[in-house]
Amino acid sequence: MPSRLLALLLILFSVPVAAGDSASRDMELGLAKSLHAVRNNNLDVALTEVDSLLKVNPNFKLAQLVRGDLLLARARPISSFGNAPNAPRSQIQDLREEANARLQRAQQQQPVGVPKYLWQLSPKQRYAVVIDTDKSTLYLFENVNGEPRYVADFYISVGKKGADKVSEGDQKTPLGVYFVNAHLTKDKLTDFYGTGAYPLSYPNEWDKRLGRNGHGIWLHGTPSDTYSRPPRASNGCVVLANNDLNDLGRHLQIGLTPVIIASTIDWSDDADHADRAGLLKAIEQWRSDWASRNTEAYLAHYARDFSAGNMNLSAFAQHKRLVNSGKTWIKVKLSNLSAFPYPSQPDLVVVDFDQDYDSNNLTNRMSKRQYWKKQDGHWLIVYEGAA
Amino acid sequence: MKMLKLFSRAAVLGLLLAITIPVQADDLQDANKLLKQGLHAQAMEKVNAFLAAKPKDAQARFLKGLIFAEQNNADEAIAIFTGLTEDYPELPEPYNNLAVLYAGQGQYEKAKSALEMAIRTHPSYATAHENLGDIYAKMASQAYDRALQLDKSNTNTKTKLALIRELFSKNVRTGKPAVTAQADTAPAVTPVAPAAPAVVVAAPAVVAAPVVTQAAPPKPAVTVVAISVDPAADVLKATHDWAAAWSAKNSNKYLAFYTRDFNMPGLSHSAWVAQRKARIAAPKSIQVEIIDAKTKVVDDTHVSVSFKQHYRASHLNSYSIKTLEWVMADGQWLIAEERSGK
Repeated sequence: MPSRLLALLLILFSVPVAAGDSASRDMELGLAKSLHAVRNNNLDVALTEVDSLLKVNPNFKLAQLVRGDLLLARARPISSFGNAPNAPRSQIQDLREEANARLQRAQQQQPVGVPKYLWQLSPKQRYAVVIDTDKSTLYLFENVNGEPRYVADFYISVGKKGADKVSEGDQKTPLGVYFVNAHLTKDKLTDFYGTGAYPLSYPNEWDKRLGRNGHGIWLHGTPSDTYSRPPRASNGCVVLANNDLNDLGRHLQIGLTPVIIASTIDWSDDADHADRAGLLKAIEQWRSDWASRNTEAYLAHYARDFSAGNMNLSAFAQHKRLVNSGKTWIKVKLSNLSAFPYPSQPDLVVVDFDQDYDSNNLTNRMSKRQYWKKQDGHWLIVYEGAA
Repeated sequence: MKMLKLFSRAAVLGLLLAITIPVQADDLQDANKLLKQGLHAQAMEKVNAFLAAKPKDAQARFLKGLIFAEQNNADEAIAIFTGLTEDYPELPEPYNNLAVLYAGQGQYEKAKSALEMAIRTHPSYATAHENLGDIYAKMASQAYDRALQLDKSNTNTKTKLALIRELFSKNVRTGKPAVTAQADTAPAVTPVAPAAPAVVVAAPAVVAAPVVTQAAPPKPAVTVVAISVDPAADVLKATHDWAAAWSAKNSNKYLAFYTRDFNMPGLSHSAWVAQRKARIAAPKSIQVEIIDAKTKVVDDTHVSVSFKQHYRASHLNSYSIKTLEWVMADGQWLIAEERSGK
């Protein structure tokens, strides 16, 4: 039966490869369809659409609100969005914002470009996460032979007070380059966090240097009675619908996957490519200067405001001069290098690599993290430490 | 108002006309009186006695459903009204009452479906429309609760659903349970032609969206289904058609304007029919003119028309004041009562 075979093949090939290209996207498109139907005075269509959404997800509060309005409109004239008689205005406002965010998301095409924060992924990093807090969207990219490729995006909620966290309790989501530090399973959490949580590395080295504090910034799910939360709802965490979190979780590597949080994503362009080439060249120069035992040339890669933990530049230089004087030969090999430009800070890049150090009196292998900053057209190291 | 009070617990308001039960059904009449007095057990006894003889009787079953409802035995009441909708799918009242009972249990989807069925059978059925509006408001409030997790103790949106306390309104006027009789003799046959399906659509604006009915084109069946939102105009037209049929000496057409069991004091239906046929046939010509017709809408299925009637026949020229009581039955306006003089 060739026709049946063909049908089967079609089914096999039409299975979405994308992770988030599933139920939650359908939810959003369904909601958008319903709201558009309202705008076109097609209230029956609008109601049918929200009804079918709610059949799948009865806890989709925004859809419940729209349904309430559509039903009430059949009973009596209504004048605005969210006509519930005793509703606190702030709650209605939250849901109105969710409607806006989701409508915008529904209208968006999937990105063709790459965010400029993914200059280089290490071969070990199979995926990267980039978050746009203004658009309430989390993007997942796959590392395909070193090239980031879009996989999926998800609706998210961030801090009640928005982004750019500075201090403990400011109810903001931090902006920066972070990594997934751990995975907390459902059984270790209260219902509030949903099906799981992924703590992020906030505050990172740069945050600490700027004196930023706070802790417990996680990616996590929603309570069992809530499908999604308004765009600005958390105390700084990034919140996803539970099924989205589960989808995403399958792609996260603990200690490896970068989570880069921007208020508005900048997309990669030609100038950006040139910048990237400049940095990679500087890193290679730094490596070869170190291996050549030309200590002053090597130290010239470090910025005046360099610091490594409690060591400033002069202490660091003194230490390096001492160490290098005892060497007759040095070999430095870098591998698994990644480079992530910092979203909230121009010309700052987080560089990670595995470093194989070999010398006449010491052999050492470590994972290193450096923050490179472009100052007066030169890439310089402002922080260095173990990753 | 004993009834109102009784039903207020189930969030029911607004009851309809007084029930008049056919004279021959003494048990039912008694049962109805007992129910009104709140003597539920005694009323139930009477109804059961009646049903022992006529187990299919729609009116009696309806009354039994009402008694159960008043006894707050919603499950039994639902069973009875469900049975009635199965046996008499063309009657809107059992659907309506089912809806009220479902709503009382918070089962708004079921209530909504039942009301939609009531409206499908009788698109101009005002009570069902009103109840449907209440159900929508209730469902909306439920959706809002889920959206906003509002205080569940919020009780300010009580429904004002009306439990239909009467079945077969035309029988109320004529005093004969026609459907019951038909069901008794031929329970397997649908007693009346089903009404053409009507579509209920919401008005297109968000800001003001009352439910309106749109009539589907009538089926080319024997019974022409009149679906209207303006009973007064329809009855006025029917009154003129009635006069025209009479003027044309078309006695079949003329008689078709009356309920199937229409009678006059001292005359059975068949005697009355014979008398009318003879009187219409006798004169060479008849001309009936309707002057100053005034309609009074009692409810969506009852309209009364009063007018000055100018009757001119070969042997007689007379003026009289006449009142016709029209009733909507099986999708048609029929004369249930005819009175002369003030």
